[in-house]
Amino acid sequence: MLAVSVDRAAAMIPDGATIMVGGFMGVGTPERLLDELVRQNKSNLAVIANDAAVPGKGVGKLFDAALVSRLSASHIGLNPKAQQQMLAKQVDIDLIPQGTLVERIRSAGCGLGGVLTPTGVGTSAAEGKRVIEIDGKPFVLETPLRAQFALIHGFLADHLGNLSYALTARNFNPIMAMAADTVIATAEHIVPVGVIAPDHVVTPAPLVDYLVTNPNG
Amino acid sequence: MGERMDAQDIIARRVAQELHSGDLVNLGIGIPTLVANFVPPSLKVFFQSENGLIGTGPIPEQGMGHPLLTDAGGRPISALPGASTFDSAMSFGLIRGGHVDVTVLGGLQVDAHGLLANWTIPGKMVPGMGGAMDLVSGAKRVIVAMQHATKNKSKIVRQCNLPLTSARPVSLVVTEMAVIAFPDGKATLLETAPGVSVSEVIAATEAELVVLENVTQMKL
Repeated sequence: MLAVSVDRAAAMIPDGATIMVGGFMGVGTPERLLDELVRQNKSNLAVIANDAAVPGKGVGKLFDAALVSRLSASHIGLNPKAQQQMLAKQVDIDLIPQGTLVERIRSAGCGLGGVLTPTGVGTSAAEGKRVIEIDGKPFVLETPLRAQFALIHGFLADHLGNLSYALTARNFNPIMAMAADTVIATAEHIVPVGVIAPDHVVTPAPLVDYLVTNPNG
Repeated sequence: MGERMDAQDIIARRVAQELHSGDLVNLGIGIPTLVANFVPPSLKVFFQSENGLIGTGPIPEQGMGHPLLTDAGGRPISALPGASTFDSAMSFGLIRGGHVDVTVLGGLQVDAHGLLANWTIPGKMVPGMGGAMDLVSGAKRVIVAMQHATKNKSKIVRQCNLPLTSARPVSLVVTEMAVIAFPDGKATLLETAPGVSVSEVIAATEAELVVLENVTQMKL
């Protein structure tokens, strides 16, 4: 793990990159990294996230600044800007059932060839996909979803990069930390090694490539 | 407005009677959220919020919310003693894996066979399905809590013309007029609301209803 400033972290992400962003309606999202992507005026980002959050918060900031060309998410209903950009064909949006989205990311991170899910069978979510019968029940074959970068947010990070999470801010973060070439983390608090007990580490340090330093640390 | 509130109250009160001690329950947004208000304190029901919490509690007092403790809409909530938190893979494993005993969702249309459409009106409303497809495919019981009609148009239809949420039929539909189940894949009237007759329900319902001899009145 390397400790980096937020501007250096964001500078690693090129225009057109595929990024996964942790968080659920902007809760548990690495806000400082997103602010910096906006400040550096990135373009054409392909974003994988649970939702489009709301304007001014979380992934919503990337839509405010029109940095997104593609979004894979389960829900955009609370972000009118994301919907407008979809209807204007500025953003290509792939809507995926939430449980399927997280399993596609998990399967990529765990080295699986995909997952078989009953969700979406017989609906538009299964269009163009293989349906496989197991013990007489139909399942949709959903393929792995990877990214070049995972931008995640923990509650505590120690000096090695071990992460723990708080309350409902965990959501997609530990799953995404497994499924990208480069994992960049921010945290509410950076603490010495040992403060997070081994049993409380959720994302082990070797998964985290870069930890963004805190401004007042 | 008053009439509308009454309809929502009838629906939420009746759905609450479907919950049992020990149940793990997921409530959708809208009318389903109101169901929690009618669960008696003696009933030990666990409510799941699919963003990663079992044991959701009431909305905290102004100024007592925590930015990292929210419901699936991102609004502050509280957690009851004994609550647990987990990631989204676990949350949807609970849902798809049949560990959620009851899910209560809103509906746009339910057809004569119990198939539900509740996530999009193409061209008008394309919010995304969120967790709805997983919930309807995986929860042990699926209860739809919705108004019987919208703009005098029955929401219980012969066949859904909106995109389906799942190929699996729901277990029960509760409206301000009736309780309808789908034994043998046929919409069957079980109960009517107080002051509503069987013929009024039939007149307000586009789908053909099987009417048993022992239709009872909702006890609210």
